[in-house]
Amino acid sequence: MDLKWNEFIITGDPLILGAQISILLGSIAVVAALTYFKKWTWLWKEWLTSVDHKKLGIMYILSALLMLFRGGIDGLMIRTQLAKPGMEFLDPQHYNEVFSTHGVIMILFMAMPFLIGLINYVVPLQIGARDVAFPYLNNLSFWTFFVGMALFNISFIIGGSPDAGWTAYTPLATNEFSPGPGQNYYLLAIQIAGIGTLMTGINFFVTILKMRTKGMTLMKMSMFTWTTLITMLIIIFAFPVLTVALALQTFDRLFGSVIFTLQGDGNPMLWVNLFWVWGHPEVYIVILPAFGIFSEIISTFARKQLFAYKAMVVSIVTISVLSFLVWVHHFFTMGNSAEANSFFSITTMAISIPTGVKIFNWLFTMYRGRITFTTPMLWALAFIPNFVIGGVTGVMLAMAAADYQYHNTYFLVSHFHYVLISGTVFACFAGLIYWYPKMFGHKLNEKIGKWAFWIFIIGFNVCFFPQYFLGLDGMPRRISTYTEADGWTGLNFISTIGAFMMGLAFLIFVVNIVYSWRFSPREKTGDAWGLGRNLEWATSSSIPPHYNFAVLPEVTGLDPYWDMKEKGLDQQKNVDYKPIHMPNNAATPIIMSVIMGAAAFGLVFHWYWIGIIGGIGIFITMIARSFDYNDGYYVSVEEIKETEAKANK
Amino acid sequence: MAHDHNVNPNAPLEYQSETGRLNITGFWTFLGAEIALFSTLFASYFALQARVGDGPTSNEMFEAGLVMIMTMLLLTSSFTCGIAIHEMRANNKTGVIIWMIITLILGAGFIGYELYEFVHYVHEGVTLSTSAHWSMFFILLGTHGLHVSIGIGWIILLLIQLARRGLTPKTASKVFISSLYWHFLDVVWIFIFTCVYLMGMVN
Repeated sequence: MDLKWNEFIITGDPLILGAQISILLGSIAVVAALTYFKKWTWLWKEWLTSVDHKKLGIMYILSALLMLFRGGIDGLMIRTQLAKPGMEFLDPQHYNEVFSTHGVIMILFMAMPFLIGLINYVVPLQIGARDVAFPYLNNLSFWTFFVGMALFNISFIIGGSPDAGWTAYTPLATNEFSPGPGQNYYLLAIQIAGIGTLMTGINFFVTILKMRTKGMTLMKMSMFTWTTLITMLIIIFAFPVLTVALALQTFDRLFGSVIFTLQGDGNPMLWVNLFWVWGHPEVYIVILPAFGIFSEIISTFARKQLFAYKAMVVSIVTISVLSFLVWVHHFFTMGNSAEANSFFSITTMAISIPTGVKIFNWLFTMYRGRITFTTPMLWALAFIPNFVIGGVTGVMLAMAAADYQYHNTYFLVSHFHYVLISGTVFACFAGLIYWYPKMFGHKLNEKIGKWAFWIFIIGFNVCFFPQYFLGLDGMPRRISTYTEADGWTGLNFISTIGAFMMGLAFLIFVVNIVYSWRFSPREKTGDAWGLGRNLEWATSSSIPPHYNFAVLPEVTGLDPYWDMKEKGLDQQKNVDYKPIHMPNNAATPIIMSVIMGAAAFGLVFHWYWIGIIGGIGIFITMIARSFDYNDGYYVSVEEIKETEAKANK
Repeated sequence: MAHDHNVNPNAPLEYQSETGRLNITGFWTFLGAEIALFSTLFASYFALQARVGDGPTSNEMFEAGLVMIMTMLLLTSSFTCGIAIHEMRANNKTGVIIWMIITLILGAGFIGYELYEFVHYVHEGVTLSTSAHWSMFFILLGTHGLHVSIGIGWIILLLIQLARRGLTPKTASKVFISSLYWHFLDVVWIFIFTCVYLMGMVN
């Protein structure tokens, strides 16, 4: 691809110039700070090459918060452009790029890593394990995700962003209609991150199946662990579909195949099908762990065991099966036969049954419970009604005939923001606040947290509720502007106000992190809320030691830590310690992932020689890994004694 | 891997260490993902099978003899791979290495014929860009061929490690996992042989 330098680096847009300058200054500041405080070795040894699931979890969550900021700015830009008719804040091309990156970033680089971060931190603790089944792979998963994220994010300053929507429908996304590097970024960045997600899926699936502590049968696992197990199963079967779909479109764009094109008898609708065969299970990948988080929080702060645990498990498994049978409801208007549309309409509505079961389980868990209204509990409580609104409008969309009316309008936009924000984003906030003392040894300030909560909840409803009516009034999604005569001005303006309220709430959330880091009292025990039910709260200190448990806990029933407290047992105290085997740090994953990113960057611009060199580099790192027989090390009894003595003070 | 002390000396070598057991379970799970991957490729191939555009159809291009030779080579290699694992259970390092080398030679023969087939098609003017049908043909078979090639490279590395370190729980589990991979590729080929070649030649 022949590019002039000013096509390579995007110039001429004041917004992008501002972003370029702030990224440059930010990077210089970070490098300078690390050098000044001599923290490079610390960063490399303690974090970047760490295989500790807890540290990887924190790195995932930090990346996700960064992406929430980036995707949020995209969202605010969309809402600013739509605030009034005929706005000229973004030109149509820039608007297309912004809504495309908003979607990709929020789903793949915010929701996914946020949940995977929480899973990483919490699940090994909840099953009473010292690490995951494949700690090395865990680090590699993180770095492939991170490099994919970085590659996707540089697109808007180098070469131009993808502009064919987060769904990248063909033929729009083919070379003919989307020339330039933008769509290549989409394909290669998601491919790299997707491989990381698949590895996470395998890793946690095996971890949960094989590494549970003594006595913890499947039906004694916490609900968050259950949802994680099923989510991982969905990942294992859904992500390869995405891998293939992306590879096929990459072949179309880079190597001249004619699969989704209008030439050569290609079939663009095949992409749409493949995308949603992955895309719909993906929706459940980001919602099931959220259900798990809410189950934990509701049962903790209602001081009751989760109501109808078995029904909950059955409904999760049912959802996982149904999630693979509904993908056509994303394109009822494609021209399928009435039989096909009816089938997918019914399977879609069927999903509301197990979901409804869960809603009642949560309500009955709270019934006659002694509820403490902490911030995580508030998020969980707000989730229920808001998610129901999203779910009910989902059933409306599921009716194929009616969908001809709603299809691609703001009604749909509002529906999926209601389920994804009140489901996934609320759960991410709730989970982060709930497990924050476990991660950092102090709680987030409750008062500031409640301010952030209320502003966010009100802003969320002010932003998205009017969009249902805009959709029913016929406002299509993805339009960059409209006229006064359309009659959408008032509701759009209200919606924009709500969006900025959510932005404000996010800022307050971040301020809370800094404030609490300075001023919150430090936790003294492992059970920060005093109400913990599962094993993550059974560690000897507020932040678990790197080996998690000096002695692996034994479990006899549900809510094992609650049980131990009732019986007055502390399994971590006054026992004979044995040396603990732990894995070593690994430097190859970060090297391999960076090479992968460089190779993909070359391919984005059709510089095939970089791709080839990168491919060779990846194989060399894999060979190095194959010949690495490093088996980890033992933590000595003295070190355990010392750590535990400090913790028990 | 906080679990290396958990050793079971009565199990076969590859299952003795906790790491070995976890790796084998993990690899089976990975094969589950591989099934999803190849299923998607097959589904796409079927969806585009009739879309030949101006290009030739498959029965104008396929040659039964060549495909039979390829099939025999790969099926036999799966058999010899099985013998190699049998030798591993008998704790015979040299046997493992010899039978694995035979497996690799058969695999390399398969890849040779596949490359010959692709080059032949390209000479006849059938390429990735000819039609949607041929795009999917090359990508489906290319993905399988790439898997076999990676398998060959991987097993060579493992044989070097085996020669250096002998049969230990760790090398044994590695060799066993590579054999699972090899058999899996054989199964995929059976589907390619049936669904792509035989059905393509009948139509």
